[in-house]
Amino acid sequence: MTYNKLKRIDLIFHEDCECRKVLEKTFSKSNDEIINDILESGLKGRGGAGFPTGLKWKFTAEQPSDERFVICNADEGEPGTFKDREILFRVPSKVFSGMAVCAKVIGAKKGYIYLRGEYRFLLPELRKALDAFHRDIKDLIDFEILIQMGSGAYICGEESALFESMEGKRGEPRNKPPYPTVAGFKNKPTVINNVETLVYAFMICKHGPMRFKELGTSDSRGSKVFSVSGDTPIAGIYELELGMSLDNFVEEFGDGDTKAVQVGGAAGFCVPRKKFRETIIGFEGVPTGGSMKVFNSSRSMYNVLHNYLGFFEEESCGQCTPCRVGCQQLIKGVEAVKKGEKKAVYLDQLLKLSETMKLASKCGLGQSVANSFSSIVENFREEMIY
Amino acid sequence: MDKSINLKIDGVDVQIEAGKTILDAARAINVQIPTLCYHEDLCVAGNCRVCVVEVTGAKTLVASCAMPASDGMDIHTNSLKVRSARKNVIELLLSEHNADCTNCYKNKKCELQDLASEYKTSGEQLFIDLVHMKNYTVDAFSPSIIKDDSKCIRCQRCVRTCEELQHVSALGVAYKGDKMKISTFFENSMYDVVCTNCGQCINRCPTGALIERNYVDEVWDAILDDKKHVVVQTAPATRVALGEDLGVETGQIVTGKMVTALKRIGFDSVLDTDFSADLTIMEEGTELLTRLKKALVDKDPTVKLPMATSCSPGWIKFIEHTFPEYLDNLSTCKSPQQMFGALAKTYYAQKRNIDPASIVSVSIMPCTAKKFEADRPEMRSSGYKDVDYVLTTRELARMIKQGGLDFGALPETRYDSIMGESTGAAVIFGATGGVMEAALRTAYEIVTGREVPFENLNITPVRGMEGVREATIKIEGTVPEWNFLEGAELKTVTAHGLTNAKLVMEKVKTGEADYHFIEIMGCPGGCIGGGGQPIPTNMEIRKKRTEAIYREDAGKPIRKSHENPEVIAIYKEFLGEPLSHKSHELLHTHYKERQRY
Ligand SMILES: Cc1cc2nc3c(=O)[nH]c(=O)nc-3n(C[C@H](O)[C@H](O)[C@H](O)COP(=O)(O)O)c2cc1C
Ligand code: SF4
Ligand code: SF4
Ligand code: SF4
Ligand code: SF4
Ligand code: FES
Repeated sequence: MTYNKLKRIDLIFHEDCECRKVLEKTFSKSNDEIINDILESGLKGRGGAGFPTGLKWKFTAEQPSDERFVICNADEGEPGTFKDREILFRVPSKVFSGMAVCAKVIGAKKGYIYLRGEYRFLLPELRKALDAFHRDIKDLIDFEILIQMGSGAYICGEESALFESMEGKRGEPRNKPPYPTVAGFKNKPTVINNVETLVYAFMICKHGPMRFKELGTSDSRGSKVFSVSGDTPIAGIYELELGMSLDNFVEEFGDGDTKAVQVGGAAGFCVPRKKFRETIIGFEGVPTGGSMKVFNSSRSMYNVLHNYLGFFEEESCGQCTPCRVGCQQLIKGVEAVKKGEKKAVYLDQLLKLSETMKLASKCGLGQSVANSFSSIVENFREEMIY
Repeated sequence: MDKSINLKIDGVDVQIEAGKTILDAARAINVQIPTLCYHEDLCVAGNCRVCVVEVTGAKTLVASCAMPASDGMDIHTNSLKVRSARKNVIELLLSEHNADCTNCYKNKKCELQDLASEYKTSGEQLFIDLVHMKNYTVDAFSPSIIKDDSKCIRCQRCVRTCEELQHVSALGVAYKGDKMKISTFFENSMYDVVCTNCGQCINRCPTGALIERNYVDEVWDAILDDKKHVVVQTAPATRVALGEDLGVETGQIVTGKMVTALKRIGFDSVLDTDFSADLTIMEEGTELLTRLKKALVDKDPTVKLPMATSCSPGWIKFIEHTFPEYLDNLSTCKSPQQMFGALAKTYYAQKRNIDPASIVSVSIMPCTAKKFEADRPEMRSSGYKDVDYVLTTRELARMIKQGGLDFGALPETRYDSIMGESTGAAVIFGATGGVMEAALRTAYEIVTGREVPFENLNITPVRGMEGVREATIKIEGTVPEWNFLEGAELKTVTAHGLTNAKLVMEKVKTGEADYHFIEIMGCPGGCIGGGGQPIPTNMEIRKKRTEAIYREDAGKPIRKSHENPEVIAIYKEFLGEPLSHKSHELLHTHYKERQRY
């Protein structure tokens, strides 16, 4: 096998961490210098929304408050995403260190890791590593990290639902504004970052912003950890430079018969073969939190869509109308078209509905259902009907 | 930091103070944006999404109820995107909704129906009917409340009401996604959980998902049965709100018209709960003074102070669940409704020479908890069910409509006798602080032989809409019998809404406050804001009703309970004196500890 087109990167999983040394070096800088490094690197959030990490930290630091928090979002619920698990398993101290840097910058004394309920098996090792880390940095910074278990709802990965869940309430997204930088956990200014984002922030502290900035494109700096699954002979976790074309990706990961790639999980977009060449993986093209699901021609795209819609129908928190009822209507609607109970033009009604969901839903879940729905229905309309 | 914000809505410039929402700004210039989950009394949920508007430059539409207005915003409330989203949202709600309007108690009083009537033009359902795929259930076990999930639009107004206003949290959200629903602890019936039956959730439910159990047909049947003698009592707060459901302006006193309507409907005797409210003051005022005497003079350690009022059955059930260790602090007096009921089938029956078995006793209440109260096993001191049917103000309005009466045009008449006479002190029972004020008017006079030292008897420190109001009354110039109270300061506290009740009880529990007398009403504003009152409710409406209550008091020739001639007569002829053996038998009760979930 030759990996010639895609550039493999080894920032995240590189074992030689030297966390204490890097932290010492970083803490010798001023907060402004650290923020500027992160801003300079161009790092954007790896959890999906792609908000510039440096800005997030800066806004939180500037918000007047007696207390601030840093939270590591390890809920990893997006179908087909399993890279945060690997990061936490293999290099937990880099995650902790990233949180510590953020804590110093924003002035947080407490940090939390919100760990996906299904990842409970990571807990013993994580606790051990955390104890060691706490011992290691005791004299450097007054900062403690706690682990909070999630209970298995996809929506609790959404930041404001996550706060609600941490506060012991039902995991329902809040109205925004206020944003977490102003009022997050316990209504205090909070940085919430994806696991991977925090590690990259730390890597930027270690290597300087240029090492990261040189990678990727102007809109999508750096590299990213991908979870590759589906009809691929080499499923697994890969750290790759951002900005690759899907064409190149499929050449390397496909099985020679790739029909479509779902980029970004259920909440992401389905790209059909005819668009591989023009599709860039990154914020300027099709963004992804890491999930890359490859489908070959044996797959029914109706089944794929049905599966996603079933997921959303169940995982919607249920509070807002467009998402709660919209998801039910989309799945019942495609079923009805498939069975011939509704005419094919009903799909257009459903496309309009998905547009309403995108525009009127309260949170990112309902807003993103249209991504997979419209990209699959529009590109594979025939499969929806026959 | 009173900054003002300038924005544009549908091309019109608006200026509004900082911190207001787009919805506030739109309302300020009379632009109507539909809403469902929004309610003035509650925190903003932003979940129904019918109020979405377009903000130029924003990626998505925004919920106008939740989005703060900010400088330079250019807002469109009727753009193509907005209209399409709004229509879709309404259609989505209807696709999940058992829109069985002609069989629905809320027909023509439903916010969802209103929206449908404005936006449905095609005559067909846009989306697939989901109702038959759901296992919707109806909870009809409670004597007060019926919860029909098939009518629920999941706006969570009820959940917020129960949590924010009442601190009960009997209702919550269960499950997620398509299964998401409003439910109770372990999905038990409302009857089996901490629900206090206050009905505040009913007042704020936009649809027919939460309604009172109604007894309109049963009452008609009794009226139309020649063998039954049907007496009706009307609570203080009904007379300042009933009109709202019958086309009369908010805040009008409609006592005389209501009495006429009840007579025309065919009740055999139209009487007044205000009579038994005056009686309550005699009993409760004496009870307070007796407790004070036992505590201060006899140093009796078993006497419980502070003493708390007991006329609000929502409050009673709340304390039974939440602070059962304080049940002995409750006055043992029954509520005026139940005092009346017990007397209707004893004193009244004797005086009128009617077989109590043939009496049907009906009450018109601003309250849904009174339905539960009437059903309590303790409430059978006459040997019968003391109050047979409790109707809300809303149910009475319905009966008046069914009776074919033109309410606005009715002449005014007076209550029948006996048990129809009342004072200004009784009518103010309808507003928060009223029982306190009425009790003080009487107790002060018993102790000092003089009227309370407030202009026109208006004890203003205990009035108002503040959630918790503390007031101290100094007792001076006592008559010999009560001179142990000379110079004493009577510490009172008045609270309304169960959230405030909880605050007061917590202060009592921690010892932070040393009150003597506590008045608590379960509903915001007191009974004028009761769960059985006309819908809608908000602060402005409650204020208008309250003002009407105090106008009614001010206009009464007698304003002190102990001067009510019928009250004087009943003690002479029947009860003896306050707290007599007979009083205890008929007018007092006891309480029951209940579980906490
Ligand atoms: C339905 C939903 C689920 C989400 N799940 C996750 C998740 O599992 N992990 C994650 O890091 N971010 C998740 N997000 C994104 C978070 O809300 C948030 O944007 C992110 O944690 C911010 O971190 P970042 O700036 O480092 O990307 C989710 C968002 C939505 C709408
Ligand atoms: S969009 Fe879906 S998940 Fe988000 S708040 Fe609405 S119902 Fe809940
Ligand atoms: S709740 Fe409203 S829309 Fe639903 S059936 Fe009743 S009146 Fe009709
Ligand atoms: S009746 Fe009152 S206590 Fe019961 S659920 Fe409704 S608001 Fe809560
Ligand atoms: S019961 Fe009524 S108030 Fe409660 S969520 Fe349903 S529709 Fe809204
Ligand atoms: S009224 Fe604004 S979202 Fe419901």
